[in-house]
This record gives sequence, C-alpha cells and structure tokens, in this order.
Amino acid sequence: MAHKTVLRKPKGFIDVYKHKPGAEKDRTHYCPGCGHGILHKLIAEALEDFDIVDKTIVISPVGCSVFAYYYFHTGNLQVPHGRAPAVATSVSRANPDSVVISYQGDGDLAAIGGNNILQAANRGENMVVFFVNNAIYGMTGGQMAPTTLEGQITTTTPYGRNVKTDGYPLQMCEIINQLTAPVYVTRTSLHDMPNIRKTRAAVRKGIKNAMDKKGFSFIEVLSMCPSGWKMDSVPAQEWIKENMLPRFPLSTLRDISEDTPAVERPVPVMDPDEVKNILGYGALSDSNLTKNPDAAFEKVALRVAGFGGQGIMSAGIALANVGMEYGYNVSWLPSYGPEMRGGTANCSVKIQSETIGASECTEPNMLIAMNQPSLEKFEKIIVPGGALIYNTTLIDREPTRKDVKVYAVPITGIADDLGDTRVQSMVNVGAFAAVTGMFDPSEIESLMSSLFEGKPEKVVKLNEKAVRKGYEYVKENFS
Amino acid sequence: MPRKLMKGNYAAVYGAILAGCKSYYGYPITPASEIAESASALFPKFGRTFLQAESEVAAINMVYGAAGCGQRVLTGSSGPGISLKQEGISYCAGSALPCVIVDIMRGGPGLGNIGPEQSDYNQVVKGGGHGNYKVIVLAPNSAQEMCDLTMLAFELADKYRNPAFVLTDGVIGQMMEAVELPEPVTELPDKSEWAVYGTADSRHLINSIYLDHDDLERWNRELMKKYAIIQKNEVRVEEYRMDDAEIVAIGYGSCSRVIRSAVDLARERGIKLGMLRPITLFPFPATEIASLPDRGVKGILTFEMSDGQLVDDVNLALKGKMISDLHNRMGGNVPSAQEICEKVSELYGV
Repeated sequence: MAHKTVLRKPKGFIDVYKHKPGAEKDRTHYCPGCGHGILHKLIAEALEDFDIVDKTIVISPVGCSVFAYYYFHTGNLQVPHGRAPAVATSVSRANPDSVVISYQGDGDLAAIGGNNILQAANRGENMVVFFVNNAIYGMTGGQMAPTTLEGQITTTTPYGRNVKTDGYPLQMCEIINQLTAPVYVTRTSLHDMPNIRKTRAAVRKGIKNAMDKKGFSFIEVLSMCPSGWKMDSVPAQEWIKENMLPRFPLSTLRDISEDTPAVERPVPVMDPDEVKNILGYGALSDSNLTKNPDAAFEKVALRVAGFGGQGIMSAGIALANVGMEYGYNVSWLPSYGPEMRGGTANCSVKIQSETIGASECTEPNMLIAMNQPSLEKFEKIIVPGGALIYNTTLIDREPTRKDVKVYAVPITGIADDLGDTRVQSMVNVGAFAAVTGMFDPSEIESLMSSLFEGKPEKVVKLNEKAVRKGYEYVKENFS
Repeated sequence: MPRKLMKGNYAAVYGAILAGCKSYYGYPITPASEIAESASALFPKFGRTFLQAESEVAAINMVYGAAGCGQRVLTGSSGPGISLKQEGISYCAGSALPCVIVDIMRGGPGLGNIGPEQSDYNQVVKGGGHGNYKVIVLAPNSAQEMCDLTMLAFELADKYRNPAFVLTDGVIGQMMEAVELPEPVTELPDKSEWAVYGTADSRHLINSIYLDHDDLERWNRELMKKYAIIQKNEVRVEEYRMDDAEIVAIGYGSCSRVIRSAVDLARERGIKLGMLRPITLFPFPATEIASLPDRGVKGILTFEMSDGQLVDDVNLALKGKMISDLHNRMGGNVPSAQEICEKVSELYGV
C-alpha cells in the first residue's frame, strides 16, 4: 500500500510566523544558503518527535538568530547580546521541568558573552546550547568574530585577520571541554548531507539530555554565511570544508550523559505559616520588659570605640537588642568604612522612646572608650553632663573632660579575670546597665540565651557572669 | 508585634521572602553584600533559588529570565554594579517585566569609596539605561522600611509590570534597627497571561523588539501612559512638623533621618523647620512640593548626599514659584543635625 506523503512544517515551528513583520509569514528571514534555517528545522523536528514542543522554552540571542522566536512554537524569550546562558539559567531554575534551549552565534557566545557561557557550563545548568559558528558577524554586516579564521577578510579585518594583533580563532568546544560539569560537548557541521545527518543526531542527543535533566550540553555547529562571506551558497559549503574544518575539527569531545544523574531542584516553600515558622516568628522579641521609670538616663546616644577584636560591635548590638526587649526604639550603626580593616572600630547606638532621627551619634551623651586612641578621638564630642566609661586596663591617662561623669572601669581586666578576654563586650553591657539604670542585670540574664543563640551553655554562662561583674564593679565603685 | 534587630540589608531580604520572592540573583559589592549573604542563608531554607552570578550583568539577566517566567525575583547592588546592570534593566522595562532591585548607594564616581552617598539618584530615578523608560523608585529610611518597602516594591512591580527599585544609601543598609516582621503575602498575582512557564498554555513571547517605527513609537506611548498612571496613583511622602513650618528641608534616605533630628533641634531653638520626605522618587512628589509656597513656606532647603541631583527635581517641581537652596555632602560624609540647623540659620537669617 502506498504511503500518502504529507509535506508540512514540523510542529516545533509556528504554522504562520505571526511575530514576523511584513507579508511573508511563511518563510524565514535568513539569507539563501544560511545554515540557521537547517539547524532550526532539525531542532523543530526533534521537539515534535520527542513530543516536547509544549514544554520547551527557546532563548533568542542577538545576532542573525535574534528572531528565532518568529519560528519556534514554544515559550520564547529574546535577550540582550551575549546573555542567553545567563537568562537560560534562571529560566531553567524557574521551570525545572521545561526543556531550555539557548541558541547563540559566535560573536554573542564567544565574544561579548564569553564569561556567561563558561559560567553556565561550569554550573552544569540544565540546558542545551546551540552554538552557530560561521566565523563572522552576520547580522551587523560581516565584521570579525572571535572565530574568524587567520587571514580571513571581514569588514573589520580588511587586510585579513592578523593573529599578532587580533588573536587566534577561539575553539569553544575545546574550552568548554576543560570544565568538569558539562555532560555533552560536540562539534558538527552543516556543509553537506552526511554532516547534516550527524548534526541531527547531535541535536537530538542534546535535547534528550535537557529532557532527562542531565545538565549542560554544548553543540557547536559550523554553518554557512554566504552573505557575510560574500560568496554563493555552494562555494560557501566548500569553504567550510576547506577552511573551517582544519581549525574546528568535527568530533564529540565528551559524552557522559549516560552516567550522570538527573539535576534536582527543590520545590519552593510558599505556605505563609511555614514561611513564618522557618523565619522563627515564634521566637521573636515581644518587647515585654518594663522600662525603669527612675533610670538615670531616659535616652542614650552612645559611642562604643576601641580596637577591632575588643567586641566593640557586639557590645553595641547586645545593648540595642536589650533595649528592644524593653520596648525602646533602638538603632545601631557601625563604622563600616576602610577603618574596619585598619584596626579601629566604633559604633553608634541609640536607645530612646521617641522615634530615632539620625543614627550616627555626633553628640553622644555616653562614650565607652576601650583604648587610648578612642578616648582621644571621641572624648571631646560627649555632650556636657554625659557619661564616659573608659577601660583602665588599656588606658593609662585620665580623661580631660571635667563636665561629664567619668567611670574608670578595668573592662579588659574583669574579662581576663573571668578567663576569656572576649567577654569584655558583655562587661560593657553590665557597666552600661549600672550607669544608666535602664536595664536590670537579672533581666539581661533572662535574655542571654536568645542573645547567644546557638552558643554552648558554657559560653552563655560566662557572658552572664561578665554582665554581672561589669554591673557590680560600677555599683560598688561609683554609687 | 514580634520584632527582630537586623541590618537594613537583611530586612530587605526578609521583605522579599515575605513577599513571595522565589529567587535571588546577585553579585557581591560593598555596602550591599549583606543582601547577597543573607539571601544565600535564607533562600535555600525555603527551597528558593539563590545564585551568585558571575557578574552584575549576568545577575540582572538572570533576573530578566526569572521575571519572564513569572517569578518574583530580587537582586541587590551598589553604584558601580548598578551602572553595569543598566542594559538589563532597560530590557526588563522594555519587555514590561516586574522585578525588584535594591541599590545601597556608595561614593562615586568611578571606584569612589564605600561610604554612604546618594549619587545613584539620576542613574536610577531617570531610568539610567538606554531608551525611554522609568522604574518605580522607593526610598526607605529605616530597617523597617527596608522590609516594608521591598514588599511594596514587589507589589507595585507586579501591578504595573515594571522594574522597581529600593534605593537607599550605605547608612540605611548597614544600620541595625528593630524590625516588626509583617505577615507573609498569602496570594501572588496571576501572570499566566504573559509569563513563560514551559507549558502549552504559556507559549508567550518576552521581547522588547519592535522593528516597525510606528510599532515602537506606539509601545513607547503606552509606556508613557503607564508612567503617567503611576505618577497619579503612587506618590508617597512623609511630612514631619509641617503644620506651621516656615522653612522646609527636603531629603530622602538617611538624609531624612538627619533632617528629622535637625527639625527637633531647630524647634528647640524656636525655628519653625519642617520636613518633607519623598518616599517615592519616581513617581516624584512634584505636586506636594509645588504646593509648599501656598502653605506659607518661606524657604526650602534640599539636603542630599549628591551633587544637586535631587534639588534639580525639586526646582523643576517648583516651576519657578520659589527656588530651593541646596545643602549637600559627598564622598561618604553624612552631615549632622547641627550642621543642617546652622545652614538653615545662615540661609534664612533665623
């Protein structure tokens, strides 16, 4: 029985190219003899044969294939020059069950997007990349591409590509093959029927890999550009054979897809209750400690300053945390500039009932100076009537200010006596509580486990002692 | 309300999680790095995507892809990184893709420094990439607002299918404050009419090419219409002690925090200073500023950490009815409340 032959487009193509402007909606925009049309067809046929037209997403680059979206009956994203692998990355992550095709030319992939293709390949993104190498920029009118051959004349190499000034043609397959993650790396050509058949097999292999979530497949396809090369179609095919093949040998450099497990992507948690649970809403501060109405300070603008490593930042954060538990408005601002690596550190802490304006304490009413340079730098900016706590363990001169209340406390010494210099930040917290009267030491103790969340019990207890010691020292010596 | 002490940079990421943001694509840069760091810690806990991209350019293009697939998606950066992202932002705007970009401004031009500045104003508020477009710009001035306005940015981005910025400076990003964590968003908008999901029903096209001149002009006019609607509906300002104010200080971000302190200080000295703080920079509160002369205001001082980028817009809004003075600091310097008060006294003889 005779078969009835039906000639039609593969279902991977849109029947009528509705996105294509102009009247000719039944043919492509590619030049006669161009390889893009052949490769498009091989892809479209594979999508139909594998029954994955619906779940495929094609990324159209910049270059002659900028209009790939005219043709493929799939989800389509047209993207900036060189960025197809970056866009394909997030498209694949967003839709892990889709088949993502990233389609690029040589300028797009190997020049402006060189890093993007390397990094997507290196991450083993689940996608298949079709890299059309025709050794020239076609869309912009025939300029040099990274794959332009030595001596080849283009509109920007009118005397021929000089490798001494323009470098050598980039062999992208060989470069990609240096990476660990890709599962399939191959180079084929479209210059004659046997090679088109081999390209067809490679196209199917790459697409199958994406379907099976095997990761990153890279298929370089040598392709004719009669317009860019300024020659007829048939000589263009010959030109590939004679000139491109020696530089870009056809071979499969890697095929490990069989032995590679499927890429797995997690399912996002979106349920509001679960979100709150993971964010730890249950353990958040309910600010239920009662402010001390008889406190010596009703609001504090504090500078803590000293060497890096003296717990300057952590003292400030602990005080802000405790202030929050009492229902105060609090802010903590670190010096985050280059000084953070230069050995000195300071932070501003505000604790007050009213809304906080500026967070930097330019006129603090309290200073905790942990070393001599800090005392010298910040002593002068304390407002008259304010308080100054200074670390007598490391500072051997007395403060010059007479109009502020001075508390000489051997902060580092107290910490050392407890057996760990690092607890000096909590000695400061205790001293602060005693000076201001804003916090009760036993109430601070009740907060210790949340302030030192995840830390061993021993550490929590030691810091608890440090708060108590700092508090008692001030109470005993300055009441 | 449950509260947590956190940096502004962290609060933005909490806001994103609460807003149902499914992926973060970014590149480290001071003073915005905590955004990427906290996203890398938090997003995987929710099975959501965190990816450190190979470059700022790659990151914004990943945002483009995720947004095209209908996800709420976030990236964060600072000055030089935003410059690099501009091409991709233009593509997002041209393809009408909603996404949120947090910019923690630092000192420039060039490498500048990592101190706080507001010198990305023009490159963000004016749609700094190529082509005719605007982005929605929200300007938080506290850790709380870093959370709240990031959530709002997602909402507005989706509502108008447009990129939205959360624009602030290093001070707000680096500062820790108590943040009341709001309820998570329970319902995300339906994007099935245009987003690409890799299904038979979502064979859509995400694209900004319009070859035909008339088509492209038509698309630009549609965008202009959209921006006019945003201008009409979405202006947000904060006023502080404006009822009887004779002099008004205008500023956003950390400047507005300093202005607030300056207003209190000035009032103690008997100076009737008030504050008008734009919360949205696009849409710019032009009407609110234009009405100041009619409210008995005798002097307007714009205060910014840039070279007059904000005062240009203030004066454009005033249309010559008054001229705003400028007080600015740059290079990472943040002025004090005292400095602003003294400037007010000097300029207006009060």
